[in-house]
Amino acid sequence: MNGALDIVTAVLLIAGGLFCVVGGIGLHRFSEFYQRTHAASVTDTAGAGLMLLGLMFQGGLSMVTLKLVLVLAFLFFSSPAIAHALVKAAHGHGLALELDDPGRDGDAAG
Amino acid sequence: MYVAGMAAIVVTMFLALARAAIGPTVFDRILAVNMFGTKTVLLIAVAGFLTGRPEWLDLAIVYTLVNFTGTLAVLRFARFGNLARDDRKADR
Repeated sequence: MNGALDIVTAVLLIAGGLFCVVGGIGLHRFSEFYQRTHAASVTDTAGAGLMLLGLMFQGGLSMVTLKLVLVLAFLFFSSPAIAHALVKAAHGHGLALELDDPGRDGDAAG
Repeated sequence: MYVAGMAAIVVTMFLALARAAIGPTVFDRILAVNMFGTKTVLLIAVAGFLTGRPEWLDLAIVYTLVNFTGTLAVLRFARFGNLARDDRKADR
């Protein structure tokens, strides 16, 4: 396999892995549910996108790359839909936003 | 490089599992399980390239669709407590 393509793949894979781990840490560091959806969305877009892009360089112009594009397309359509449905369900279920707390910063009266 | 990527994915999967275990609300758990499913797709894709069998990407595609449908079904169950309820009546 070509050396330059290997380097590009390694950089993209490691960058994507870094985004995944950062999102996983954010899942524990954020204090409420609506902020945690932000951390989970990072792993679904940046992490998965970079890693699949890195694998595409190894696949070349073939059926493998087409399948990777399919996986990426499905993730890019399903991930925002899931995030929207999840937050809408949580909001409809009565889960309070932290920003709604009047005693938080003092400027919530407006 | 594949091993490094897989290690990062596995670490993220364990973090998501921990959040699914301790999550205070049911929506935290659904979020973590959905994230776990997405990481499963990535893990299958990278493992296919690591072992030189990229045909495993077919499994990754199926996992993506099953994860999407499964999460929506669980969300609907958590919202209505019933998978077969009529929306037009439930919203009134």
